[in-house]
Amino acid sequence: MGNGYVVPAIVAVTLVTLGIGFYGLRLARTTSDFLVASRAVSPTWNAAAIGGEYLSAASFLGVAGLILKYGVDVLWYPVGFAAGYLALLLFVAAPLRRSGAFTLPDFCELRLGSRRLRKLATVFVIFIGWLYLVPQLQGAGLTLATVAGSPYPVGALLVAVVVTANVALGGMRAITFVQAFQYWLKLTALAVPAIFLALQWQADARPAVAPPDGPAFRTATTVVVEHRATLTLADGDVREVRPGDRLDFAAGDPVPAVSGTATAATDWLLPDTAGDDDRGLFGTYSLILATFLGTMGLPHVLVRFYTNPDGAAARRTTLVVLALVGVFYLLPTIYGVLGRIYTPQLLVSGQTDAVVVLLPGAALGDGPAGRLLAALVAAGAFAAFLSTSSGLLTSVAGVISTDVLGRGSVRGFRLATVIAGGVPTILALNVSGLDVSQVVGLAFAVAASSFCPLLVLGIWWRGLTDLGAAAGVLVGGGAAITSVLVTVLGPPLAGWPATLTAQPAAWTVPLAFTVMVAVSVASRRRLPADVGATMLRLHAPDSLRL
Amino acid sequence: MAVPDEPVAPARDGSTSAAPVPGPRPPVPPPAGRARIVLAEVRRDSRADRTRSELTQQTRIGETLVSGLVRAQLTLALRLSLLVLIALGGLPWLFAIAPALGRTTVFGVNLPWLLLGVFAFPFLIVVGWAYVRLAERNEQDFTDLVQRPER
Repeated sequence: MGNGYVVPAIVAVTLVTLGIGFYGLRLARTTSDFLVASRAVSPTWNAAAIGGEYLSAASFLGVAGLILKYGVDVLWYPVGFAAGYLALLLFVAAPLRRSGAFTLPDFCELRLGSRRLRKLATVFVIFIGWLYLVPQLQGAGLTLATVAGSPYPVGALLVAVVVTANVALGGMRAITFVQAFQYWLKLTALAVPAIFLALQWQADARPAVAPPDGPAFRTATTVVVEHRATLTLADGDVREVRPGDRLDFAAGDPVPAVSGTATAATDWLLPDTAGDDDRGLFGTYSLILATFLGTMGLPHVLVRFYTNPDGAAARRTTLVVLALVGVFYLLPTIYGVLGRIYTPQLLVSGQTDAVVVLLPGAALGDGPAGRLLAALVAAGAFAAFLSTSSGLLTSVAGVISTDVLGRGSVRGFRLATVIAGGVPTILALNVSGLDVSQVVGLAFAVAASSFCPLLVLGIWWRGLTDLGAAAGVLVGGGAAITSVLVTVLGPPLAGWPATLTAQPAAWTVPLAFTVMVAVSVASRRRLPADVGATMLRLHAPDSLRL
Repeated sequence: MAVPDEPVAPARDGSTSAAPVPGPRPPVPPPAGRARIVLAEVRRDSRADRTRSELTQQTRIGETLVSGLVRAQLTLALRLSLLVLIALGGLPWLFAIAPALGRTTVFGVNLPWLLLGVFAFPFLIVVGWAYVRLAERNEQDFTDLVQRPER
């Protein structure tokens, strides 16, 4: 690539992250400072921090890549990622804050008074956290490899070390400021280049986004294949390609049809229709369910709500987050769409996740403007890896230090951080073939089928028992985890089994709710005695101060 | 918080037993010569305090009050999610059964792209804003009920 601005930009983001982290270190004194920022963070800061934490590699890179690859049907990813905050606002935000719990396992114990359920919740928090951390580190490795030509492990290790050090030394107080800063950086890093890209598109006489004969190469291009695929060339030849193969295309050549992507213009431009594939529609609804309901079950999202001063503030914070996240998600679509015109080679090489970082250079040319904007986008991508990994690591480490190590001390939290960061780093270094957005989608599905029913029923239904909650989490979450493992590690499937395991939420979420309600009704005698007091605490307005 | 001065209460049994309401003892007036006047002032507050202690002490009235609030908030949340479910969740189905809709273009952009890529987000924000307003109104109603039970 040879863009001299990229490495300094990434170094600057990393240094600012560390700098704010150390500035925060001077403020962090007690364990409460470390875990929940002493609950003294203003709603605006908190909302920007939640937004900064939430917009991960999947949002920053993955969504645009998916849109480039699959078209209109994956617009449900950004819509669902944003709508998840609406579900959180409607059903969880204020009561959860009033419950006074620090973490999800805390909530289990507070509401149902069961140590065993607490342990079970701990296992799920750690599993979801690690499942979500691996693709962040991978995204870092791939991005650095793409823009700076470094070997894959360098980027992954860099992010892992920076984040672990920052969390271990500064805790959450520092993280709040770091993440609020990173939200605005990420928004700027996508918005400013998007304006230039739109102007460039105008200047190029508005080339058609989806020409009837499919996308074509604008310039002579040599593509190095990264992922195994089957190509159907324009003359009808079918060719198998493997990683490392080089293909040459002249300017104006049509992009070959790539197996597994929506290359044809109509596939990409138009939604699934009833006749052609019911599985497509099932997958869409499953995705909607997972993202709408999964957000509230993500451990790093929930831990942020304890930093609000009261329930009403938690609600207002969530609304601001919804607005911030909604504004951000207008942008990746622009990259995915313009990528069809300026970087069609990514469809052939299989590296669609790189479209956001490569598009500014490809569209604006090799001049200083193109290079500066490419560096800005790379910096934004690193902000995305750093902030989401920090949030995940904080919540996983918090749970490990209190529930596994059983120590509430700052030293215990630091030890837990090293453990919580080490495991996903090792995993990320050993698997590089996973698709960033797919794994993140699976993490949402697991969260939606375990913690979502637990939270919703726990907050709104007096009849929930510890046995019912445990059964629902085990059956629903277990089914979702099995699907994840089959999808990621198992043999390739086809037809309905593939659809049911790749997008499990549509059957695992109703399953979890049903089991939880049925077992609770059957074990009615185990209702906690203080359920009335708990309900009062969760729902009574803050102004009453009961 | 509800009955903070319980320990001193027995000493003043004579003066507080005049309170017309049963249940937990109302707060004790300050020890002063004009006890009756102060007591008369306290009486209005004591009803609010009684409702508070109905809540905190889990009497049947308290439970009913809380379940009323919980039901109001849950109904509100369910109504708004039903709205989102129909408005957004209906789209994939609508596009599937009416493919012509997907081909319709507005300002040169296909309708599904415009609806999902742009308009979905302001819609979600407006629903969220409406929820915050209405939920806070529910809570205000509940607070009024507790603090002025006679209304």
